[in-house]
Amino acid sequence: MFRFTRTSIEPQALRAQLADPACGGYAAFEGWVRNSHEGMRVRHLEYEAFEALAVREGERILAEAIARFGVAHAACLHRVGDLAIGELAVWVGVSAPHRHEAFLACRYIIDEVKQRVPIWKKEHYVSGDSGWVNCERCAAPPAHAHGAHLHE
Amino acid sequence: MDPFVSGRFAPPPLYGLVLAGGRSMRMRRDKAALAYQGRTQLERAMALLTPHVARAFVSVRADQGGDPVRARFAQITDAHENIGPLAGLLAAQAQHPEAAWLVLACDLPLLDEATLAHLLRARAPARTATAYRSSHDGLPEPLCAIYEPRSREPLAAHVAAGKQCPRKFLLGTDTLLLDEPNPRALDNINTPEEYGSAMAMLTAQNSATTRHITVQYYALLREQAGRREEALLTAARTPRELYTELSSRYPFSLAPEVLRVAINAEFGEWSTPLAEGDAVVFIPPVAGG
Repeated sequence: MFRFTRTSIEPQALRAQLADPACGGYAAFEGWVRNSHEGMRVRHLEYEAFEALAVREGERILAEAIARFGVAHAACLHRVGDLAIGELAVWVGVSAPHRHEAFLACRYIIDEVKQRVPIWKKEHYVSGDSGWVNCERCAAPPAHAHGAHLHE
Repeated sequence: MDPFVSGRFAPPPLYGLVLAGGRSMRMRRDKAALAYQGRTQLERAMALLTPHVARAFVSVRADQGGDPVRARFAQITDAHENIGPLAGLLAAQAQHPEAAWLVLACDLPLLDEATLAHLLRARAPARTATAYRSSHDGLPEPLCAIYEPRSREPLAAHVAAGKQCPRKFLLGTDTLLLDEPNPRALDNINTPEEYGSAMAMLTAQNSATTRHITVQYYALLREQAGRREEALLTAARTPRELYTELSSRYPFSLAPEVLRVAINAEFGEWSTPLAEGDAVVFIPPVAGG
């Protein structure tokens, strides 16, 4: 199950959905909002998604993980909207008969989500600047001030 | 062996001439200035012609030189009066005898790129001219045709003998005659009724060649477009053409190479043909997680 949420992510409740008597292992990944990016001090983040396609692509990634690693259940929840430092941006959980597949599938899912799912992150810096991550180098620097720092 | 086909000689350079020196008697208004879909007939003809020729001119009568519809184009002024459309070609050949001339009447509102492209592909530089055979009467169509430099002397002699009909001129030569790919393309319009029927036909064609597309914008593109979504009527045939069109309207900083395309909420290709009602999203580099 791949979903988006506008409110804070509660891993405990999500973890319960993966419970299965046939499973002896559970692995999860939590992505947190960090206070810096490439030397810039980050004040808060903004996530935006093209949800109709993102859910389809996310579901495909989960199905691939299940097929490839033979895990029993896989789920991913991604936050959108404004996030403060320390908040959970993304949660991935996998349950499997054994820990090895659970770790591999969990790693596969977060790596693929970051590469393939149409989600965008805008960082708002302490300096007052802001920038869309991975679009910075292509974008013209902001006209007002400190633009050069953003694009190095 | 045909010296042009054998490659020993390059074909003469091709210049273009749009005939806009007519008197528009039956139309009762200047045909060059008639508007179709926001462009004058003359602008439309020049836009079709210009990409195919080394130089493009509009043929005018001496008293039309300052006319604003014609003044924005390079002009060649008729030296003969009252001999009909051949006056324009004679003046052009006198000025640039070394060139072949692609001649277009300016009253062909249904003339399309396919018809022009076919004529250019089929051009036979070793003949006097290359022209279409009329879909109506089988005779040569002299006013969407290529006249090679070798046509200059016989054409001058034809006029000097008191003959003015360009169709009769072509019939008496070795002109290569082609069948029209689109049988209505060379319908000319002389009366207000014919103008009305051409307009109706163009409107119908236009609805077949444009489509309603919804575009949603995300992230950096949303900020640069200043909107989340819009509904467009566009002639763009593919997402690539659509992005080019939108880039002329908005200050997009992302090159198409770094974007992906979605059509109806599924990944698509830049070259996928767009269909009526499609919803398109251009996907900037992603950064989830």
